[in-house]
Order: sequence, then structure tokens, then C-alpha cells
Amino acid sequence: MKMTGPRDLATRVARRKLYDGVFGILGLLATFIGLITLTALILDLATAGGSRLSWQFFTSFPSRFPSQAGILSAWVGTALVMLVTALTAVPIGVAAGVYLEEYARKNWLTVLIEINIANLAGVPSIVYGLMALGLFVYQLRLGHSILTAGLTLALLILPIVIVATRESIRAVPGSMREAAYALGATKWQTVKDHVLPYATGGILTGVIIALSRAIGETAPLITIGALTFIAFLPGSPIKSEFPFVSYEWLMSPFTVMPIQMFNWVSRPQEEFHLNAAAAGLMLMVMTLAMNGLAIYLRYRFRKRIKW
Amino acid sequence: MSQSNYAEIGQVTTRPQELAAHRTKRRVRERLIEGLLFFSALSSIGITAGIVGILLYESLVFFEHVSVVDFLTDTQWTVLFADAHYGIMPLVAGTVVTSAVALVVALPVGTIIAIYLSEYANSKLREMIKPVLEMLSAVPTVVFGYFALLFVTPLLQRFLPNLPGFNMLSAGIVIGIMIIPYVSSLSEDAMKAVPVQIREGSYAMGATRLQTALRVLIPSAFSGIASAYVLGFSRAVGETMIVAIAAGQQPNLTLNPMEGAATITAYIVQVSLGDLPHGSIAYQSIFAAGLTLLLMTLAFNIGGYLLRKKFREIY
Repeated sequence: MKMTGPRDLATRVARRKLYDGVFGILGLLATFIGLITLTALILDLATAGGSRLSWQFFTSFPSRFPSQAGILSAWVGTALVMLVTALTAVPIGVAAGVYLEEYARKNWLTVLIEINIANLAGVPSIVYGLMALGLFVYQLRLGHSILTAGLTLALLILPIVIVATRESIRAVPGSMREAAYALGATKWQTVKDHVLPYATGGILTGVIIALSRAIGETAPLITIGALTFIAFLPGSPIKSEFPFVSYEWLMSPFTVMPIQMFNWVSRPQEEFHLNAAAAGLMLMVMTLAMNGLAIYLRYRFRKRIKW
Repeated sequence: MSQSNYAEIGQVTTRPQELAAHRTKRRVRERLIEGLLFFSALSSIGITAGIVGILLYESLVFFEHVSVVDFLTDTQWTVLFADAHYGIMPLVAGTVVTSAVALVVALPVGTIIAIYLSEYANSKLREMIKPVLEMLSAVPTVVFGYFALLFVTPLLQRFLPNLPGFNMLSAGIVIGIMIIPYVSSLSEDAMKAVPVQIREGSYAMGATRLQTALRVLIPSAFSGIASAYVLGFSRAVGETMIVAIAAGQQPNLTLNPMEGAATITAYIVQVSLGDLPHGSIAYQSIFAAGLTLLLMTLAFNIGGYLLRKKFREIY
């Protein structure tokens, strides 16, 4: 290295400090990109779609006339698909997480399952759609139905639920388990009565985030053949006569909110774009509310539980 | 444990035979539950097996009619025309260009955010910024597609008057913004995991925060940062709705982001929305396209894995 005099050194130090400061400002600006984009997005949707939001918009079927079209079949479809997804993904995902964290021996099969779950996070969602098309629609003949859609999204969010379950179970201290064992509890009693209750907050947070991702998923549902124009509702799950519940709706064709929005945004007419913006605004409200709830819950549980 | 269980145990302990029976019952139940949990965990392997199996099985029908050589070397993708060509290259080009634009946006910005959050920001600012970034990654992609087509494209057209309405540039930029949180949060975790002594050593030598980040943290956390980049790439390549809405539906063999072009994913959506019969070559082509997509992400993941292995730092 070249020898430098004290003055030379001082200018170099000053220059380093300047770079450091400039990067500090650059970093701050970069972090605001997220905020700026979110604000621009919401304002854009609100100014375009705000005027279309009315009672009529929520209670109307899609229509050839943009001003009469609504999202009734779309939000009902979204709610029913999410019901199937949650009822499938949550039990299986939590069970898998419990197994991997509490029961699994450290062998090649466990390692394989772990690598596999990590890799599933990188698989594009449309590939899940193609798999569901081949498996559920053509092999198992479940049709282009709410059941198929719910199962497809369940597979998609299963890795998220498993990872969230594992992380929150891992946070429960080992002394809790040892205390339970010392009192003669079996493994399952320990898990069910002591580990899971403490992990519930974390699991719930993960499930909500996973479901908020599923609500916005469009591509896999288009791939399994969701319709874009549905002017009827699936059969009601509750019947007035015995046995009071009906599963007919599971096999019904459907559309969901993001597909309805996609349909409107890909039409050339300007008026339909307004409907798309209104539907997008509703989607944003739903996903942001769910994420906000998850962030709040995480904060609450983190604060309340002190080991 | 519930009240009744205690009562039950109380009764059982008085008679040895019943105690033994109770133990056996308990053991059977434990085994049954463990088996059930095990099969749930195994289901994740089932998903992978299903994906690979179905894609290969359905693609076979396609490759019975189209040779693999044609598929890889033909420069036209005109499956829906009378004069059908089955060259995947135009679709691959569309995917590569949109992903490249996305990575040009997301990798630098994501890395800068990661450095800023891990080295510069105080905990209060971090608690505020992280949820916002998390929300950004939660926005449905169809909404981002709307944003790309009806907000970003008109904005870009002010500076680039010749930009067509459907173009890969705006789709790529929006995908890039979408994957910033994936890149930044994983990179930040990796930088946080670098032991504090290494950082202190650098500061003790008189390095600034920036020098420490660039010369010490990034090399030390390289394997984690590489995973973040690989995940970002996987997301960009597989992104569907943004490109289907904003980049156009025409296969176009070009590397110019100012043009419109269909990607692999956009093509799959286009065919899925049509009413082609199952079993026709055009219909089966979506599985071949999906297989190509999966192999692209797989190749990149393996590349990332090897890179990580080579540069892994163990403390």
C-alpha cells in the first residue's frame, strides 16, 4: 500500500464517511419503494373503482353491461373455495408440522421431506394448477369444481402452513415438554395439551398469511378450468329438511374474485376497467386486512407469552 | 387433561389387570396418532411426486407428436394455427426477458434494503418498514397486473413514446417490485446471522458501515443471499398474471423488453381460457410448456445450491 500523509488520510476518511452517509440516504429511499408502490396502487384503484362500489356491485352477477355487472358469484365462489382450502390444508399442514418437529427421527426420510418442503416454495403456482388439472380433473374426475379449486389451493399453501407450524412449535421451550413427561403424560398428551396450545398463536398467524395468499391466487384456478362468466350461485350448503347439509355445492362450477377481475381487465372497454379496479380494491382490502390481522396477532402473542 | 381423565386413572390404578389394559389401549392410540401425523408429513412428498408424474405423463402425449429436437430448436410457436410449429424458444425468450428486467429491479433494490435494515436502521424504523414490505408481497398478482397495464405502462409511455400498450418492460418492472420483499427479507436474515464478532472486528479496524457491509457481511452471508436471489428468480419465472395481463399474448422471439411477447405462463393461461378438447396436441402443449418451466426453475435451484455449497461459511 502506498504511504499516505496525515492530510491525505483525512480526505480519505472523509470520503469514506461521505459514501457511508450517501448509502444511508439511498437505503432509506429504497425502503420507501414498497410504501410508494402500495400507496400508488391503492390510490389508482380507489380513484378508478371507488365510484363503482355500491350495494348493487356486491349483489349482482356479471353482465354484458359494465354498469350493471357485479361480483356476487365471485365473492361467494372465493368464500366457498377458501372454506375447502382451509379445511384441507390446516389439519394436514399442522399434523405434518407436529410430526416433523416432535416425532420425526433424524433419518434420510426426514431430511428428504425437509428438502422437499423447502423446494416446493420455489415451484411456480401455475405448475400446481397443471398438476391439479391432470390429477383432480382428469384422473380423479372431480370436474372444474369448487372442490378441485379448494384442493388445488390447499396443496399450494400446505408448505407455508407446515413451515409456520414448525417454527411456532420450535419456540415452545423444552422444559414445558419435560414437565409434562415428568407427570406421566404420553407424547401425544404432551403435544395436544401443552405444546400446541402455546404454539396456536404462531400457527394461526401462519394460516392467515397462507389463506391471504390463496385468496389472491389466479393462475392455478384458471388452469383447472374456472369459468370467467358465472351468472348463478352454487347450491346452498344448508337445507331446510333432513339431513340439513348438502354437499352439492362442492361439485358446482365457480368463479373467484381475482378471475373476475382478470376477466374485466382483459376487456378492451374502458368501463370494464373501472369494474376491475373496484374488484381489485376489494381484493386489496381483503388481503391487507388479513395480513394486518396476522401482524397484529404475532405482535400480541409475542408480547403476552413470556417464558 | 380434562377432569374425567383423572377420574379414569384413579379408578384404573386400583386394579392391576385394568391398568395393563389401559396401558395397551394408550400405546395403540399413541401409535395410531403417530402414523396419522407421519402420513400428513409424507403428503408433501406426494405433492412433488404428483407434479413430476402428471407433467411427465401428460407431456408424453405431446412428445408423441412433436419431436424434442423440433420443440427445442424451432423458432416459431404457432400451436393454434393451421400451419403449426412447436418451438418453445419464443416463449422461453419472453420468460427470460421479463425475468431479467425483474431481477435488474429487484436484486439491487432488495440487497440495498437488506443492508440498510440490518446495518443502518434502528429497531423502530425496522418494525415499521418490515410489515409494509410484507404487505407488498401479499398483494394479489392480478392486482399488480392491472397496475402494470393501466398505471406503469402509461407512465413509461410518457418517456418512451414508442412503447406499445403490451410490453415486457412494464410487466418486468412490476414483477421486480413484487419480488423485492422476498429478496430483501431473506438477504437480511442471512446478514443478521453473521456473528457479531466478525462485524466488530471490521469496525475495530476503522471500517465504515458501508465498507463492513460490502467487504465483510456480503461475502460472509453469500450463501444466504444466493438463496434469496434464487427464490426471487423462481418467483419471477413463474409469475403468471402480471405477464398475462401486461406483456401481451403473442409469442415473439425477441430479447427487446420494449416489445410485447407471451411468456410460458401467459401461454398456459391463454390455452386454459379457451375451449380446446383434452387430448388434442394444442391442449397437451400446456403440459410440455409447464414441464419446461419446472425444469428452468429446477436448473436454477440446483445452480444456486452448488454456488451456496462452494461459498458456504461455517462459524
